[in-house]
Amino acid sequence: MSIQLVTDAAQAEAEATRVASPLAVRGLTVSYGQTPAIFSVDMTLRAGAMTAIVGPNGAGKSTLLKAALQVITPLAGTVTVFGQPLERMRDRIAYVPQRASVDWDFPTRVIDVVLMGMYRQLGLLGRVRAKHRAQAMRALERVGMTDFATRQIGQLSGGQQQRVFLARALAQDADIYVLDEPFAGVDAATEKAIIAVLKDLRDTGRTVLAVHHDLATVPDYFDDVVLLNTQVIAAGPVAEAFTEDNLQAAYGGRLTTARVDPESAVG
Amino acid sequence: MLAEALFLQLGYNATLVTLGAALLGIAAGVAGTFLFLRKRALVSDAISHATLPGVGLAFVVMVALGGDGRWLPGLLMGAAVSAAIGLLCVQWLTTRTRLGEDAAIGAILSVFFGLGIVILTVIQTMRVGQQAGLEGFLLGSTAGMLRNDAILLAVSAAAVLALVLILRRPLELAAFDPGYAEATGWSLGRIDLAMMGIVLVVTVVGLKVVGLILIVALLIVPAVTARFWTDRAGHVVIIAGAVGGVSGYVGAATSAIAPALPTGPIVVLVGFSIFLMSLLFSPGRGVLASVLLHRRYQRRVHMRQGLLALAQGQPIFEALTRRLMCRDGLILPDGVATAEGQAAAAKALLDETRWSLVRADNSFAVAATRYDGLTPIEDVLTPDQLRDVDSRIAAPKAVT
Amino acid sequence: MGPEFVALSLTPLLIGICVAVACALPGNFLLLRRQALIGDAISHVVLPGIVVAFLLTGMVATGPMLLGAAGAAVLAVIAIEAIRRLGKIEAGAAMGVVFTAMFAGGVLLLERSDTSSVHLDVEHALYGNLESLIWLDANGWTSLTDPAALAGLPVELPRMALALLVVAAFIFLFWRPLALSTFDEGFARGVGLRTGPLGLALVVVSAIAAVAAFDAVGSIIVIAMFICPPAAARMMTNRLGHQVAWSAGFAALAAILGYVLAGYGPLWVGASASVSAAGMIATVSGIILAVTAVAGPHRTRGS
Repeated sequence: MSIQLVTDAAQAEAEATRVASPLAVRGLTVSYGQTPAIFSVDMTLRAGAMTAIVGPNGAGKSTLLKAALQVITPLAGTVTVFGQPLERMRDRIAYVPQRASVDWDFPTRVIDVVLMGMYRQLGLLGRVRAKHRAQAMRALERVGMTDFATRQIGQLSGGQQQRVFLARALAQDADIYVLDEPFAGVDAATEKAIIAVLKDLRDTGRTVLAVHHDLATVPDYFDDVVLLNTQVIAAGPVAEAFTEDNLQAAYGGRLTTARVDPESAVG
Repeated sequence: MLAEALFLQLGYNATLVTLGAALLGIAAGVAGTFLFLRKRALVSDAISHATLPGVGLAFVVMVALGGDGRWLPGLLMGAAVSAAIGLLCVQWLTTRTRLGEDAAIGAILSVFFGLGIVILTVIQTMRVGQQAGLEGFLLGSTAGMLRNDAILLAVSAAAVLALVLILRRPLELAAFDPGYAEATGWSLGRIDLAMMGIVLVVTVVGLKVVGLILIVALLIVPAVTARFWTDRAGHVVIIAGAVGGVSGYVGAATSAIAPALPTGPIVVLVGFSIFLMSLLFSPGRGVLASVLLHRRYQRRVHMRQGLLALAQGQPIFEALTRRLMCRDGLILPDGVATAEGQAAAAKALLDETRWSLVRADNSFAVAATRYDGLTPIEDVLTPDQLRDVDSRIAAPKAVT
Repeated sequence: MGPEFVALSLTPLLIGICVAVACALPGNFLLLRRQALIGDAISHVVLPGIVVAFLLTGMVATGPMLLGAAGAAVLAVIAIEAIRRLGKIEAGAAMGVVFTAMFAGGVLLLERSDTSSVHLDVEHALYGNLESLIWLDANGWTSLTDPAALAGLPVELPRMALALLVVAAFIFLFWRPLALSTFDEGFARGVGLRTGPLGLALVVVSAIAAVAAFDAVGSIIVIAMFICPPAAARMMTNRLGHQVAWSAGFAALAAILGYVLAGYGPLWVGASASVSAAGMIATVSGIILAVTAVAGPHRTRGS
C-alpha cells in the first residue's frame, strides 16, 4: 500500500469543483458523546441536481444536514457555499427541518409560518407589506395550500404540515433547498405534490438536497445520491453510485428487508 | 458542639429529630428516584407548595373548634388534603387542557402558595395568630421541637420509609421498564398514583424538617446525585437513599447546635455539596472527566483527519489540525509532511482501507459495529483475519 | 375616588399592574418554549443574588442588586444547562437541584449576616409588602401635576415602570426572532439566528422583571404572573400576538382585582384588617386560569 499520488492538476480541478459547488462539506465530523454520528464526511453537491442522502437508521443522515447548515456545531470540518463560508451565504439556502421537530400546537396560522421564512428579508422590524404577503401566498399556491392560509397550524394533517414547511422554504426564494425527510409520514398525494415542486425547482436551476428513506423511489426522484453510514460509502450520479454492492456496503446485513429488487422497484 | 450533635449527644429530643430526619432523607431519596426516573421530578414542587393553604386552614378550623391551632397532626392532615387537591389540579390541567405539565406545575404551585399566604395574613390578625409559628413550615425548624412532635416525626419518617420499601418492586418496575410493567398486568396509572401518594406523605412529614419551599430538593437532589455514579437502576436507588439519609442526618444535627438557622436550607446545602462533588469529580459523567475525554477525542479526530488528508495529498484546512500535527512533528510549519508524518499517514490510510473492506463484508458484521473512525483495526481483528483482509486489498475485485 | 385613593391606593395599584404585565410578557415565550418553570427558578435565585450583592456592597442599592440578581439568574441557567448536558439529566430535575440549592444558600447567608438595618428578610422576599408603597405627599388627583408631590412618589413606581419599559421594548424589538426560534429552533439556526444568546437574553430580561418586582411585591407573585396570565391567554386564542395581548390584560386584571379584594374584601365580610395583596393577586390569577381552563374557546389541543 503506497500513498496515492495526486498531481497538482488533479488537485486544482477538485478545488475548482468545490468552489463551483452550491454546497460542499469537507471532513465534517459530529459526535454525540464519544461516538461519531458522522465521521470525516466529504460531500460536494452538483449545481442544478437533486441529491438524496440515503443510509440505514442511525447512519447520521439528519446529522449531516444539520451540521452542513451549522444548525449543530461540528467537531471538525468546513462548509462552503459557492466557495464562500456558509455564514455569508445563508440567504442562498432554504432549510426544511423534520416536521416532527417542532411543536404544532404553537399559536400561529399557516400564513404566519410562511412569512417566518422571509425573516432575513424582513429583518427585525421591517413591516410585512402586500408584496411579502403576495410572495407567501404564491408559495402556498405552489404546494396547493392557498385555502388553508388562515388556518391554525395545529389543525393540519401531517401531509399539510409538510406542505406548509415546504412553502416556507419556497418563500425564501433560495438557490439551494435542503430538506430533512420530506416524505416521512405524508400521504401519497402530498408526496407527489412535493416531488413535483422539487423537480420544478431543479428545472429552474436550483439545487436540492434531501434526506430520503425509501430506497425504491431513489432512481425516480433523484439525480445524485450519497450513501451514508457514518462515513460516505459512495457518492455520485444514481446510475453509478446506487449499486447493489454499494447498498450492501452501506446497509451491511440490514438490507434484507429494504433490498431494492430491480424487478419490483420498477412496478 | 458539632461532633456532639453528630454523635447524638444533645439530648433525647434532638436525637429523635436527627434520626427522624435521616430516615426521612432515606425515604425521600428512594421515592425521589422513582419520581426522577418517571421524569416528573418537579411535580413534587407543586405538591409541596400546595400544602400551605391546608396548613393555614387547619389552624383556623382547629382554633374555631376551640382547640390549640398548633396541634401538629391536625396541621399535617390539612397539609395532606390541600396537597392532594393541588396534585389533582395539576393532573386535570395536564390532561384536560392544552397546557404542558411544566405550566400546570408552575400555575398550581404559585396560586396555592399565594392563597396560603393570604390565609397566613388572616391568621396573623387573629388573637391567637401572633404565636402560631406557621412560618416554620416555610423553611423548616426542628430546634426546640416538643417531645410529642419529635416522636411523631421519627415514627412517621420510619413509617414512610417502610412504605417505600414495601412498594419498591412495582415502583422500580414502572420507573425502569414501564412497557414490561404494563405487559405483566400492572396498571401504570395505579403505580403512578401510589408514587404520588408516597411523595405526598414524604412532603407532609418533611414539612417541619425541611419546609415546603425546599422539600423538593430532598426528593430530587439525591436521585440526580446518584445518577452521576452509576447506570445500574438498582444502584441508583441505594445511592440516592444514602445521599438523602446523610443530608437529613447532618442537616438536622447541625441545626440542633444552631437553633437560629432554619433547618431546611442546611439539609439542602449538605445534599447539594455531595451533588457538587459528584458533578465535578465522578469518573464517568463528571465535568472534569467529560472535558478531558472530549478534548482528547477531538484531538484524535483532528489528527486522524489530518493524516488521511496528508495521505491523499490534500491540503489541511483547519488550524487546529495543523497545530496538532506540527506539535507532534508530523508536518513542518509550512504544511509539508515529515518522514514520520508520511509513515503515520500511510498507516492511517491502510487502516481506513482495511476498515472499509471490513464494513462492506457481512462476515465481519460484529467487528464492523466497533468502527468509530478512530479505533485501529488491529484492536478488533485477529492477525489471521487481518491477513485475510489484506489479501483482498492486494487483489481488488472488479468494481462497477 | 378621592384624595385618599390617590395617596393610599393609586401607587400600589400602578406598581402591581406594572409588575404583573412585566412578568406576563416574557412569560408567554417561556410558556411556549416549555420553560415555564424557568420563571419559578429565576424568582428563587433572585434572593441569593440580591443577598450576595448586598454583602459585597454593604448597602441596598438598585444597581448592584439588579446586577447581582441578573447574574444569579444567568448563573442558574448555565448551571441547569450544564447539569442537563453533562449528566444527561432531565431539565426539570436539573432545575430543581439548582434553584433549591441557590435559594437555600441565599436564606442561610441572609440569616447569618446582619441585615437588621435594612428590610431584607425571607418573608419579605416571598410576599413583599405592596400595601406599604403609598404616596404620602399626594393630596388628590392634582398632585399628579405637582412636581413637589411627584418627588415623593415611592421609588418603586418609576423603577417598576422602567423595568416594564425594558421588557416591553425587548419583546417588541425581538418579536420575530423570538417567535421564530420558539416555534422552530432548527429553522431559526438555519437562517443564521443565534438562538443560544437569544434564549439567554430572554432569561435575562425575565430576570430584570423578576428583580424589579421582587423588591416591591416578593417572589410568589412573580412566579404566578410568569405563568398564569400567559397560560390563561393561550386558551383564549390561537395567535401569538393575540395571546400576548390577552396575557397583558389578564395580568392587569389580576393585579387590580387582587389588590382591591385584599384591601377591601375583608371589610365587606366584616373583618377589620386587610390580607396580603401579593397573595391575593396570585390567587386571582389562578381563578382567571381556572375560568379559561373550563370555558376558554381554545382550551384543548386542536381546538
